[in-house]
Amino acid sequence: MKLLYFAWFREKAGVAQEQASPPDSVTTVALLVDWLKSRGNGYAEAFADASVIRVAVNQEYVSMDYPVAPGDEVAFFPPMTGG
Amino acid sequence: MIRVQAEDFDVGRELEKLSQGNHGIGGVCTFVGLVRDMVEDGAGDNSGDKAIQAMTLEHYPEMTEKALIEIEAEAQARWPLEATLIIHRFGRLEPGARIVMVATASAHREAAIEACHFLIDWLKTKAPFWKLEETPDGGQWVDAHAGDDAATERWVKDKPGAAE
Repeated sequence: MKLLYFAWFREKAGVAQEQASPPDSVTTVALLVDWLKSRGNGYAEAFADASVIRVAVNQEYVSMDYPVAPGDEVAFFPPMTGG
Repeated sequence: MIRVQAEDFDVGRELEKLSQGNHGIGGVCTFVGLVRDMVEDGAGDNSGDKAIQAMTLEHYPEMTEKALIEIEAEAQARWPLEATLIIHRFGRLEPGARIVMVATASAHREAAIEACHFLIDWLKTKAPFWKLEETPDGGQWVDAHAGDDAATERWVKDKPGAAE
């Protein structure tokens, strides 16, 4: 699974992108967030406030209950500020 | 048409290209977003205003294009438009620089004006860009405003018959 981080998620997590192999029990975005938080350090801080977590799976904006699978590209970022 | 680029653009030339050769177009509406040299603290007065030296726009390249195409298609589905253009820049931009341009062309003004307003509202909350402002106190990420969500939401509620 390819993980991407943007804006202050990238700064807090300390990484722009990485390959990860979460356990099989991680089947949704929300479970992936829990798993990443358990890694501690910057991850715990980046994901501390659930209200500002936005996520895209394979470049589509999705909600926290969306399924994830090995091979997916999952991106985490704060609310978008385009325009 | 959508474009995501680091380079600046020429508004006049873009508008000329947009309507060129299509004499069914009776009106073109344009919005151009610029980098300001001040940022408010949200208090509503000028007490917390801060100077900004520059703004860096980060984006998610693989997703940006898709998102802009979807937003443009939504406008075209809602209003009878002859042509549309979205140009969004990324990278480091200084005050006065153009960030974004939206242009909509239609036979009549209502569709052009409403669609232009819709597009810029949706870009705010649905295009994967993030803004980092350089201030005297260091870099700070621009927070999304509740007002932006409300502006997006307005078009969700107005959806049926928005073009009537």
